[in-house]
Amino acid sequence: MLVLGPIGFTAPWLLLGLIALPILWVILRAVPPAPIRRRFPGVALLLGLTDDESQTDRTPWWLLLLRMLAVAAVIVGFAGPVLNPSDARTGQGPLLILTDGGWADGRDWSRREDRIAGLLAEAERNNRPVALVSLAEAPKRVPNFQPPSAWSTRLGNLAPQPWRPDAAMTADFAAALAEAGPFESYWLSDGLAWPGRGGLLSELEAQGPVTLFESPRPALGLRPVRFEDGVVKLTALRPAPGIERQISVVAYGLDPSGTERALARGEAEFAPPEVEAEVALSLPAELRNRISRFEIDGERTAGAVSLTDDGLRRREVALIAGREDREGLELLSPLHYLQQALEPTADLVDGTLADVLLANPDAIVMADVASVAAGEQAPLLEWIENGGLLLRFAGPRMAASDISRTEEDPLMPVRLREGGRTVGGAMSWGEPKTLRAFDEDSPFFGLDTSDEVVVTAQVLAQPDPALASRVIAALEDGTPLVTRKRIGAGQVILFHVTANAEWSSLPLSGLFVQMLERMAVSTQPALTEASELEGTVWAPRVVLNGFGEVMDAGQLAGIKGELLAEGVLGPDLPPGLYEGEDRSIALNVIRPDAELTPTNWPARLRVEGLDVLRETLLKGWLLATALVLLAVDVLASLWLSGKLTGPRAARASAVVLALVLAAPSGGARAQESDDALAILATSEVVLAHVITGDQRLDATAFDGLRGLSEVLFRRTSIEPAEPIGVNLETDELAFFPFLYWPISPEQPLPSVEAYGKLNRYLRSGGMILFDTRDAAIGGFGSDTPEGRKLQQLARPLDIPPLEVVPADHVLTRTFYLLQDFPGRHASRDVWVEAAPPDAEQIEGMPFRNLNDGVTPVVIGGNDWAAAWAVDRNGNTLFPVGRGYAGEQQREIAYRFGVNLIMHVLTGNYKSDQVHVPALLDRLGQ
Amino acid sequence: MSQAAHLRSQAEGLATGLPPLLADAEHLASTVLLGAHGRRRAGMGDEFWQYRPFGTGDEPRMIDWRRSARSDTHFIKQKEWQAAQSVMIWVDGAQSLDFTGDKGRETKRARARLLGLAMGVLLIRAGERVGLSNMNQPPRSGDVQLLRMTAALADMAEGAEYGVPETAVLPPQSRAVFLSDFLGDPAPIEAALTKAADRGVRGALCQVLDPVEESFPFSGRTIFDSMGGGMSHETLQAAELKARYLERLAERKDFLETLCRATGWQYHCHHTGGAAQSALLWLYAATERAH
Repeated sequence: MLVLGPIGFTAPWLLLGLIALPILWVILRAVPPAPIRRRFPGVALLLGLTDDESQTDRTPWWLLLLRMLAVAAVIVGFAGPVLNPSDARTGQGPLLILTDGGWADGRDWSRREDRIAGLLAEAERNNRPVALVSLAEAPKRVPNFQPPSAWSTRLGNLAPQPWRPDAAMTADFAAALAEAGPFESYWLSDGLAWPGRGGLLSELEAQGPVTLFESPRPALGLRPVRFEDGVVKLTALRPAPGIERQISVVAYGLDPSGTERALARGEAEFAPPEVEAEVALSLPAELRNRISRFEIDGERTAGAVSLTDDGLRRREVALIAGREDREGLELLSPLHYLQQALEPTADLVDGTLADVLLANPDAIVMADVASVAAGEQAPLLEWIENGGLLLRFAGPRMAASDISRTEEDPLMPVRLREGGRTVGGAMSWGEPKTLRAFDEDSPFFGLDTSDEVVVTAQVLAQPDPALASRVIAALEDGTPLVTRKRIGAGQVILFHVTANAEWSSLPLSGLFVQMLERMAVSTQPALTEASELEGTVWAPRVVLNGFGEVMDAGQLAGIKGELLAEGVLGPDLPPGLYEGEDRSIALNVIRPDAELTPTNWPARLRVEGLDVLRETLLKGWLLATALVLLAVDVLASLWLSGKLTGPRAARASAVVLALVLAAPSGGARAQESDDALAILATSEVVLAHVITGDQRLDATAFDGLRGLSEVLFRRTSIEPAEPIGVNLETDELAFFPFLYWPISPEQPLPSVEAYGKLNRYLRSGGMILFDTRDAAIGGFGSDTPEGRKLQQLARPLDIPPLEVVPADHVLTRTFYLLQDFPGRHASRDVWVEAAPPDAEQIEGMPFRNLNDGVTPVVIGGNDWAAAWAVDRNGNTLFPVGRGYAGEQQREIAYRFGVNLIMHVLTGNYKSDQVHVPALLDRLGQ
Repeated sequence: MSQAAHLRSQAEGLATGLPPLLADAEHLASTVLLGAHGRRRAGMGDEFWQYRPFGTGDEPRMIDWRRSARSDTHFIKQKEWQAAQSVMIWVDGAQSLDFTGDKGRETKRARARLLGLAMGVLLIRAGERVGLSNMNQPPRSGDVQLLRMTAALADMAEGAEYGVPETAVLPPQSRAVFLSDFLGDPAPIEAALTKAADRGVRGALCQVLDPVEESFPFSGRTIFDSMGGGMSHETLQAAELKARYLERLAERKDFLETLCRATGWQYHCHHTGGAAQSALLWLYAATERAH
């Protein structure tokens, strides 16, 4: 092989061909380019014109140069050039290649692999048998010495382990070395000391010469996180003092949408004499609880990752009430006492159930929520099974609902009897009940049941064989007050009273706070003491691999608590997050007290770096270059002979240009249309109807809402824009204050997600007008196809108890004074949310202080859209009634529409107006 | 079989080519507004000219009784004298017209034929006598003549490399329209025009050129062949020739224009890249002016 600088040639004799290049130059120059024939009538004018210069009959010099270069590239290419031809490492006899294979190898694993591959290639050239051993894989003996090519194929399977080799792991191996006979050893060290390293070295030296390879780049480690004085502290380690070095520590966790991302970042600096660098992160509790691990940025090792466990967390409790619509009535809010009790000790989370589940809180408290949408039930159950605590409180809505009546609801601990009971009231016998002392197996055992707690109303559990085991608190007459059911790793607890003071004085007492603490609120971090862990089994949830990547633990077997407490990492105990009954322990590569010690090899040994210059064959590149040059030559020749610039070439080049410029455009169109809808729906008030799939029905609904919009525009200060048809599956509902939903027996049931959306819509103040359009043939609840369909559609919806619109409902007087709500049919059966049972007629006022929120649904069958419908010119589309009486009915239908939209848009403002005279009267005093 | 089939296929080709050619020409001619074409004096004709009092020497049958009944004297109705003019159209049949610089563009021959026939349509509508110098027949009027001309134009035989105007059939004192590219030898053209002028024939010379012939967008080593292949010229650098070629072309145009001016003819250069209408308008005006 001929070697010139960094390039060697395998067939140098071929280079002699370069001598022929000048001859080629001369020959090529003598040959002019081929002419092109053209028919041209103007040739008569050309006759006799001679060329000024005869130079261009020769090929231009630059084209010649191009061709010369192409030929030269071919010649040099076939001469077999090699970049960085490696100098041979001589030697003979068996060769043992050792690598530490621990986590510290992960930082430069690819270079390590390259180096091993280079050593194997050398051994191949020298015809030496090789054995390749990774110490962290706890080898038992020296494997057979095999041809290097056998090892090259297996090299890809070698990966760093997330622990480090130690004396125990390598003891058998060291003992077996003597039997393997004399051999030479190459040891690729990771640069960190470990016990047993010296012993192994002396064993190796006894068998033959040892060469060491070590990367000069230090491995970094990250100690487990500490939470001190309200800040999160982390310590980064390096093996030896060195130059000043800046590192950044990144905290990873799930964001609210459930994807993992970097949540926080802190900078740490190694001062020159120091081996430790500390970083303190001040994080809000919400963010802190989401963090699942810390990493040193850019360091690809398991040691640079620190998983977090319960030690960093504060209990996160989500509060959800059925409907929070009582502005200002703080003391009656179902959540008020819970908030007061939990605020000092837990982080409270607000939001809808779906959002809250993403945050994965420790406990969810649901006060007087009857049913959960089907789409939310499955994730909620899954969350409970994964250890969540669902705490439910009863209330009027739960008592009025059908939940858990005939069969046990998965989200309820017991079945409930219809109604409930009231004791100690004006209309009932007996005294209000007090609490019985707690049982021994109750979690509340030991708390003082003071007599101040009295219960006046509650929901009753259905007697059941399993009931006794589920009661954890009871009244003095034995009726269950608190029941509990375990689901998977989590539990559901039901308080049979309200969370506010309406039904009992429990929320007012100190006992309430103590009970909450016993159940949900425990901010105690997990302690890993051997005595505590004895006899327990911990299941790995996630484990780290050698590169510090977090892997799902899959089917790994559980680990005994004693082993976990010892914390000696190895194949049986990989680092990761282990989960016990109700808490988790993170087992990190770097222990809290760990140090990184650098290796200190005896001076007699030769230590080489890991850098390896890989041999690169240049033949392919050169031949490819020659091909490219020849292609350029083709174009240049064409251009020179005028074939590229002729009359047709311009069009061809335009076509090519157009093809190049025609870049694919698309995507993000869905996003755009979403945004367009949002802007359309929110720039003005817009009435909306649900698209049922029945085109005629949808057109009628659209025309009806258009007619109503026009009437509103003319008569009131509401000035709606053109109505919009809403697709429940794809469109966002939050933009619309009002949805008109005509029922047709054929329409498909919405999907689970759409129901989730609808429930969220109803809870956040939206209103749906269901129209069965069948009042002509049957009343509400009667057995028409539309009625059955409505029942089917509305079953998964969170609809409160209903009643026929009472004569004093606010709907009868938000704009016009109305008593009937006719559409195309004139039925009185129009249903709205029922007033609470305790609503009373206000003294001297025409109507009761009815539920002052807006009714979430209005249900009827009067086919209002048909009565409202007008075409673009304002002509009515459907006849209503007969003659003048019919027109009168249409007018009343419009008035109902006006009242309804007023009711939706003004909320309780209109019903509060009744109080104005009283307030003015009081102010006057 | 071969002869009959050949004849048949030619006839078919003629039949398919004829109606579009005539229709195109009609369409083109319809864009020009026809004006009154009288002699501005009394004579034989169809159009009313004037009423003249009856004088001596007039025959009594010439009296217009309807007009005379409205007054005491007798009147004679005179018509405007409408005399038909003879116009000979020469469309060059040489091979050099078979050229087009672009597939999407019609050939020079097609354009020349179209212009010639459109002129024929216009003139025949105006009542003139029209003839094609290729037909070797005296000019005639009437729609049948138009069909004959169409047939003759469509059937034009392939001629020499470059064409020479036909002057043998030109009637004295008539009008003539020459359509060609005039790229051939200028001497016969000069001779033909001089001869025509001697006979008192006036007319218009329309040079039809392809835009490529004006721009000369060639480069590199090229052999230029004439359309018939009889002439060729090789160059090593076509782009170098451009300036000198254009110079010669301008010279040729200048020569034609000078020649026309000397003989009382009119000259126009038309490019097949432009609209045929403008050339037709110019031709129409030129023959009007020649009156």
